Parts: sequence; structure tokens; C-alpha cells
Amino acid sequence: MDAKSVITAPSPQAPVKQKGFNIISGLAWSGRGKIKRVDVSLDGGRNWRNARIDGLVLDKACVRFYFDFEWNGEELLLQSRATDDTGYVQPSKDALRKIRGVNSIYHNNGIQTWALKRNGEVENVEVG
Amino acid sequence: MSRSARLALGLALLLASADLVLAQAKKDVARNYGIGLAATAEQIAGWDIDIRPDGQGAPSGSGSVKDGEKIYMDKCAACHGEFGESAGRWPQVAQGKGTLASHDPVKTVGSYFPYLSSAFDYIRRAMPFGDAQSLSNDELYAVTAYVLYLNDIVDDKFVLSKETWSRVKMPNQYGFFDDDRETSEKAFWNSNPCMNDCRGPVKIIGRAGAIDVTPDEKTQKRGVE
Repeated sequence: MDAKSVITAPSPQAPVKQKGFNIISGLAWSGRGKIKRVDVSLDGGRNWRNARIDGLVLDKACVRFYFDFEWNGEELLLQSRATDDTGYVQPSKDALRKIRGVNSIYHNNGIQTWALKRNGEVENVEVG
Repeated sequence: MSRSARLALGLALLLASADLVLAQAKKDVARNYGIGLAATAEQIAGWDIDIRPDGQGAPSGSGSVKDGEKIYMDKCAACHGEFGESAGRWPQVAQGKGTLASHDPVKTVGSYFPYLSSAFDYIRRAMPFGDAQSLSNDELYAVTAYVLYLNDIVDDKFVLSKETWSRVKMPNQYGFFDDDRETSEKAFWNSNPCMNDCRGPVKIIGRAGAIDVTPDEKTQKRGVE
């Protein structure tokens, strides 16, 4: 698979428990090589910030990434975007669909979105 | 003994001992270190079932569409449907031509499989589901011939065997292409990905909650029971 990443917390099984300081964490990997960087968006892909990668970065292996943020209780749309050492940047689902059509589920490495709700719960959503 | 003579003797002894070690090693290899048994020709034949697209490696035997119909009705139709149209949610094995590029592709032996060997080998290894590898070679040929017939690839008089193999023309043989992502998706290689104001307003257009696919505590418990 090309570069892919997912946020594992917050997630439906790991809701946000308090306002204020929180840590987003997730996994990134690439079948093309090593993960070089991961960016995180809190607003559905409009703006991105660099996440920090933790531990060993190995070829075709998962890396753990972290991103610290202050949550003021607003709804957020959380995304992560991985880049590997070939320069491949994980695309949005829309960008993938434009090239591969809507039936390319086996290699779906598009950016995925979590909606963080005001009560701290998280839901898997599609954005357009 | 002169110094050079001593050296020569030492060298000769060294070579002799090396010869001994080599001879022993050869013996060990010949005996396989006493582990395992040599595979018999029959055992090798049991594993050696790969078939090339052109039919090389296909087993002996033959089967007709007519014989295949009976086997198919007894052992396949319950899941795949009498006409290969699928019963319930089991895989459809016939028709679906021209649907591959649509939003709802139907992948069958006729519409999708590239080679006869793909279909034959799949049936041989995995079918009938729950009683895999129970069919004789003749039965395999017959039921494969019937599935080809259901896909309008052969007529109802057709008899499939190693000899008639090459007469089968699979409709989607040339429908596959090599991975072209490095050209078709070239735009995804970007040394300077956008960081600010990358897109317009973002709207939620679909929710997992609405299609109920997010596992909750209850379904998780059911999973381990």
C-alpha cells in the first residue's frame, strides 16, 4: 500500500475525556519505504500542523505519531496525512476517487476523518 | 628434516585432513543428516498441481458440460444459484459482462477471470465449499465446463480436457494492466504539501453512525463469546 495513516486516539473507542490539553496519537506506514513526516489537521484538511514521530522509523513499518493540542470543547474534524521517503503524500479520498473511481477499496490509502463532538465522542465521517 | 621438507609435510597433512572433512560432509549431505524421507513420485504429484494459462500442467481426464450440469446442481447451485446468479449473498459466478468499470462491478468467471487456469485451479483447491478437494479430475473438468457454459464461453456440447483447453477464450483475458500508479498518480508525489488554507469550507457528507458499522461494547463482547 502507498503511504497511509490513521488516528487511533481520539476514536470511537477512545473518546476525549476533558477539555484543555489533549494528545492526538496514531499510526502511519508505507509500502514504498520509510515514513518521513506526518501532519495532523483539526479542521477537516484546511490547515495542517506537523506531528512528532516517536521511536524507530523502519522500512515498510508502522510508526507512532503524536500531536498535542488544547481542546476548547468545539466540534473538530481530525485528519492525519503521512509522507514517505519517496516523497509520496497520502491523498484525500476525493483525490484518490478522481483517479481510481469509487471501487478501489482494497488499496484505500486515503485520508480518513474523525468528527469530535462537543460531548467528547468521536464518529467516523466522510467530508466533502 | 629441512625446514622446507617439514613445511611440505605439514601442508600435505593439512590437505589430507581437509579431504577427510570434505568426504564426511558429502556423506552427511547424501544421508540428509538422517532427517526426513525422500518424497515419492506420487507425493510430489499430489503437490504439483499448478497449471499455466496455456494448460500446461493440467491433469489428465475430461468432463462435459452435460455431466457438469448434474454436479453443479448437486454441489454448487445451493450457493451460486442454478444459473450462476448467486443464491442470497454467495458469490455470483456467471454473467456480469461489461460491469467492471461501473459503480457496481460484478466479478464472475466470465466477466473477470483472466484465464481458464484461474477458474479451474480455484475450483480444484477450494470448492465445493465445506467439501473442498473432493472432486475427481473428471468431475472438475465437467463442473468447470458447466461454469464456462453458464458464462456463454462454450456451447452445451463442449467437453473440457487438457486437449480442448486452448479452445476456451476468456472474455476478460486482456482486461488487466500493469500497476501504473507512478504515472497515473504522479501528482501524489509532492515535496511541498499544502499546510494552510488548503481547501474551502468542509462539510460532513456521510456518517458511520448512520450505517451502523462502528463496533460498540455489545458487539465486541459478542465477538469473543
